This record gives sequence, structure tokens and C-alpha cells, in this order.
Amino acid sequence: MTVDNPVPAAPGPISTASTATRVLGLISIVGLVALAVFGLVLSPPDAKLGETIRILYMHVPTVSTAYLAFVITAVASIAYLWKRTEFWDLLAASCAELGVLFFGLTILNGMLWGKITWGVFWRWEPRLTTTAVLMLTYIGYLAVRQIPNDTRTRGTITAMIPITHKAVDWWRGLHQEKTIFGTVNPDMRGLQLFTAYLGLVVFLVLFAWLLIHRFRVAWLTERAADVGVDAAIAERRAERALGSDPTPSPGGAS
Amino acid sequence: MKDSAYIAAAWIGSFGAVGLYAAALIARGRRLSKVVPQDRRRWMSEGSAPRRRP
Repeated sequence: MTVDNPVPAAPGPISTASTATRVLGLISIVGLVALAVFGLVLSPPDAKLGETIRILYMHVPTVSTAYLAFVITAVASIAYLWKRTEFWDLLAASCAELGVLFFGLTILNGMLWGKITWGVFWRWEPRLTTTAVLMLTYIGYLAVRQIPNDTRTRGTITAMIPITHKAVDWWRGLHQEKTIFGTVNPDMRGLQLFTAYLGLVVFLVLFAWLLIHRFRVAWLTERAADVGVDAAIAERRAERALGSDPTPSPGGAS
Repeated sequence: MKDSAYIAAAWIGSFGAVGLYAAALIARGRRLSKVVPQDRRRWMSEGSAPRRRP
């Protein structure tokens, strides 16, 4: 079912926006501008990392948001297997797509940071490798969703999440230790710490905003399919009614 | 390539990707909203209904 069918325009608001999403969207835009000002201008360079800390102001929020999205995907998938309601299915799918987006940005920022720090864009160390595997897994998840009646596979795939999440603790690779959530006393201080937390908050709001819109688009996609089915059924009934229409033939029979 | 170029690429790439995705999402929502009747656009009103599969 495509959405390009010549269906008459439906009345009512023609968007997925609401008052809540408009407020979230405004906060997101203002927050991103503030993050750029703090991250690129006001925050001083780090004693160890130098200017590369400015990439981490983007890297840490994106990876945190991606993990949050994947955790919600896992929880929603389990809830769907239990409840079997459309809400959980669409929530899982919406979060998975956003997770792939933010994970893609995480890998992009990580590669740029690695090029400056390590001299190469990529190394096959455990954290990076499992991160790439997780991203590919969720791309596969989104592909599997295109196959009808495959809900159990979806739930199984999401079991990869804890493996990657714990990879930094299980293997000692080149990757940074966690500096914000992983230690009681963070290495960052002052404006650096504020900017890092600002990034996390802004990206959480941004994630919420995108998730609401993505969920509504998923919902509309399902309803658009229903509209197509309803139209096809109505058309078939009309044809049947026309075929059994007892209109007198030209010869006057019946 | 200078460090500042990598930093700029990270920020521009991230902001650009999110911006493009958000714009595409809103445009898709507008397109679908024109197709779906208003009474079926009440978010989550049928959320507890069993999933219908072909």
C-alpha cells in the first residue's frame, strides 16, 4: 500500500504536530543552539583531550540517546510479545529507527575523534566492533520488520543490546573509560561537565520530540493501509452490487 | 586536515543529519495526514486493540 493513492484529502489538522510536540521542538532547537555555543565557544579545551573534547560533546549525547532508544526497543518488543498490541509494536519500530540514526552519528563522531586521537578512523577493538555489530543488527531489525508475521524474530534480535552495553567492562580496549555515568567522580569539571550534561538533556528532549513524531507517522502508515483496504472492500462490494443489479435487459427478460 | 576541520565535520554532520531526518519525518507525517481520516488520527485511541496482520 502506498500513500500516493488518489484519496481525497481528509479534514482536520494535516500534520503529526500537537502542542506538546511544538513545545518539545522549540526546546530542542533552542537547546541545540545553546549546546553549540557552549560546546564550540564557551567550553575550554581539556587538559588531556585538547580540542577533541568538542567532538565528545556530540558523541556522548548521541550514544546515550542511541542506547536509550535500543533499551526502549527491547522493552517494547518484550511488551509486544506479552501484550500483542499495536502500540508496543509501533513504539519498538519507532525507537529502533531513531536508535539507528543516533548510532550512526555516534560512529561518525567516534571515527572523527579517533582520527585525531589514534591517527586512524577505525580500529577493530571490542567496543567499536560490538558497536558496529549492534548498529548492523538494528538495521537488520528494521529490514526484518518489512516481513509480515515475524514478531518473534524481532524480540530475539533485541537481546544483543546488553552484550554491547557491557562490552566496555568485559574487554579492555583502546576506547575511553566511561567518564560521566561510569564513575562516581567524573573527570570533567566546570563548564566542560555542564556542557556534557547540557548535551545529554538536549538530546533527550530531541529524542522525545522525534519519537512522538515517528510514532505518529508509524500509526498513520498503519491507518493509511487500512484506508486502502477499506476502499478496496467498498469497491468490490460496489462491483458485486452492480453485478447482481436486477436492471431489466434490453430484451425485456426478467 | 586540521583538528578543527574534524570537529566542524562532527557538528555539521550531526546537526545536518538530525535536521534532515526531522524535516523528512514531518513531511511524511503531513503527507500521510492527508490520506487518513481525522477520526483515525486520534493517537493511541486504538492502542489496546489486537494487532491486525495480513
